[in-house]
Amino acid sequence: MRGLQRILAMTLLNIRNLPKRIGSSIVAITGVAAVVLVFAAVLSMAKGFERTMISAGSDDTAIIMRSGSTSELNSGLSNDQVLIVADAPGVLKDGDTSVMSAELYVVVDVKKRTSNTDANVPFRGVQAGAFDVRKNVKLVEGRMFEPGKNEIVVGRSAQQEFLGLETGSTIRFGQSVWDVVGTFEAGGSVSESELWTDVRVLQGAYRRGNSFQSVRVKLLSTDSLEELDAALEADPRISADVMSEKEYYSGQAKGLSDFIKIIGYPLTILMSIGAVFGALNSMYTSVSVRGKEIATLRALGFGPVSVLISTMVESTLLALIGGLIGGGLAFVVFNGLQVSTLNGPSFSQVVFDFAVTGDLLVNGLYVALIIGAFGGLFPAIRAARLPVAQALREL
Amino acid sequence: MKYFRLIWKNAWRKKIRTSLTILSVFVAFLLFALLSAIGFAFRGGVDVADAERLIVIHKVSLINPLPMSYMNRIAATEGVASVTHASWFGGYYQDPRNQFPQFPIDPKSYLDMYPEFTMPTDQIQAFERNRTGAIVGQDLATTYGWKIGDRIPIQATIWTKADGGRTWEFELEGVFSSDDPRSSTAVLLFQYDYFEEARAFGKGTVGWYILRVESGADPIQVANAIDLQFANSPNETKTSTEAAFAQSFMKQFGNIALIVTLILGAVFFTLLLVSGNTMSQSVRERISELAVLKTLGFTDRSVLGIVLSESVLIMLLGGLLGLGLGWLIIQGLAQQIGSFLPGIFLSPKAIVIGIGMMIGAGILAGIFPALKAMRLSIIDALARA
Repeated sequence: MRGLQRILAMTLLNIRNLPKRIGSSIVAITGVAAVVLVFAAVLSMAKGFERTMISAGSDDTAIIMRSGSTSELNSGLSNDQVLIVADAPGVLKDGDTSVMSAELYVVVDVKKRTSNTDANVPFRGVQAGAFDVRKNVKLVEGRMFEPGKNEIVVGRSAQQEFLGLETGSTIRFGQSVWDVVGTFEAGGSVSESELWTDVRVLQGAYRRGNSFQSVRVKLLSTDSLEELDAALEADPRISADVMSEKEYYSGQAKGLSDFIKIIGYPLTILMSIGAVFGALNSMYTSVSVRGKEIATLRALGFGPVSVLISTMVESTLLALIGGLIGGGLAFVVFNGLQVSTLNGPSFSQVVFDFAVTGDLLVNGLYVALIIGAFGGLFPAIRAARLPVAQALREL
Repeated sequence: MKYFRLIWKNAWRKKIRTSLTILSVFVAFLLFALLSAIGFAFRGGVDVADAERLIVIHKVSLINPLPMSYMNRIAATEGVASVTHASWFGGYYQDPRNQFPQFPIDPKSYLDMYPEFTMPTDQIQAFERNRTGAIVGQDLATTYGWKIGDRIPIQATIWTKADGGRTWEFELEGVFSSDDPRSSTAVLLFQYDYFEEARAFGKGTVGWYILRVESGADPIQVANAIDLQFANSPNETKTSTEAAFAQSFMKQFGNIALIVTLILGAVFFTLLLVSGNTMSQSVRERISELAVLKTLGFTDRSVLGIVLSESVLIMLLGGLLGLGLGWLIIQGLAQQIGSFLPGIFLSPKAIVIGIGMMIGAGILAGIFPALKAMRLSIIDALARA
């Protein structure tokens, strides 16, 4: 017990003296804060992107595309093939009609607000079932497009990110002019980055004849996916890949989120090493400044272990403060920040928010603690080994 | 320079502190090297663009094809020296993860358009003669270990063949490299004639046109003339210089690259701040020593010089090591992931900027303590000690 009391006493003394070493302490704190800030910021980008992509997909919606296509953009299905899918087993029916939407996916150039330069915005032709096969999609402003007319409804995120998409405005893509008649929300998912119109109108505008690129169907249950897959596999008239919408969107997200992580983690490690040097420097300074104090305490009977622990606690505490500042800063600056980027597989813009989540912040604090522990260890050992007599003589 | 020994000894007065400072500067500049190389890759060839080359795409979007008939009309436009075309094939090799650009092209006019791609004449001729031949850039050949004569099957994701097949097989007839180490050669080129004949749909179209303006002609005027020509047709065009095209494509990745750059810039400066602070601290501790130097007859100016040189020296030691290791890593990365992240390159400009920053940061960190040392009144300083 006495040992613990001594450790506690020494640690408290140490912490109370911190303001005297404010200069080097701030340097250590800043270093750690920067690491945690960057860690949280970079990974929150990956998090936010994944969330946007994955929340779009549900397990009980299947997406059917031509076999071998890597995204809707490079798929293609004929009208006959769409009818085969509609009649296939496993598809949910509402009365006599299947709950489905055969769709066309093209890309149009729309100017980005932030840069005023053209960006590839996804333009989707949908059928009436589009709102039934997707969860959470609802019209929040204006009205639905009328079939057969050059009218579009736009996703909320697309509207915020790109120019000229307000409800009531008119937009021109090449030769064709479109009226924006409504805005929809989809819980922040990737669908919100898109513009929607009647698929028949889009087929005409893009001279696609009677062809589609994907079919989404609502499944009877999540288990019906295999049944549907087997049925289409056995049908010689169609060669298609069937997957759940969730699986599809996870695949679409993988490239970019892996890329961010591949860059994010090594950078964090590298910066942490830099921050460890910063922390080491300030802890060595702290130990050398406190040389007399430590020697005096040792002379009074405090053991080397209490010196060691108190120094470690100081370093960890500084790192923790840095971690909290960095994490807090990341949360304030980046959480919810809306950006858009070009996603490779669909060759079109995805609008998403940075997501500084709780587990990211906790991981950031772990990083801070590790830096603190490494930065404190060697100086603490030196402090514990300080020859008492010599240190006192330097008085 | 005659004080070098003194400066050196001074710098190593506290070995641990100096080593740690050098190490954090080292990490900062290692980071700087890696980031500028990645940034270079992100800029995607803006720096290597040819000012005399223009790109013509469909006005609605890059993914919309243009009619083949535009070729002659573009060639006939005033100020156009030569024109060629390319299309996006979008296939993969063996596994969907192995994606790299493949373009069906017209061999002769395309290779003339890109003189920076060099290849032995016999390989060029072999490629022109072989309908199902293909050529690849050195980066790709290295990544996949391809040799001339190999048969390369590419899985199409868009272009099914008229016979329903999705596998396009090519014979490798040549490997080209680029004069300019900055431009990526991770691309496979094959004959448009074969593509046009075998594809199931989309016949009579190309992805985009590339043209060279006559020397002396104004590229902007030529671009406007072309777009005007096709205005109000079903396929309107958008013509821009290669640099503007690359730039606008890069902007599509948009704020992300910018945000990453900003965050990392902040970190870089934090690391410099950390090391700068340590350096000025070490000078402050030595005030009395500096006073002794002055007593011995060192002029104000040489004391200033000595202190500044020490801080610049430490920055240079750490910084050059960092840049050096960064350079080595980037060389390795370019070999390993050249086809995954093409165009990763540490430009000489970045190196010069880096060295400038080392010297600048060294002066910044040292100047206030150095001025203090210069203005030091000997008696006060010695008294304080």
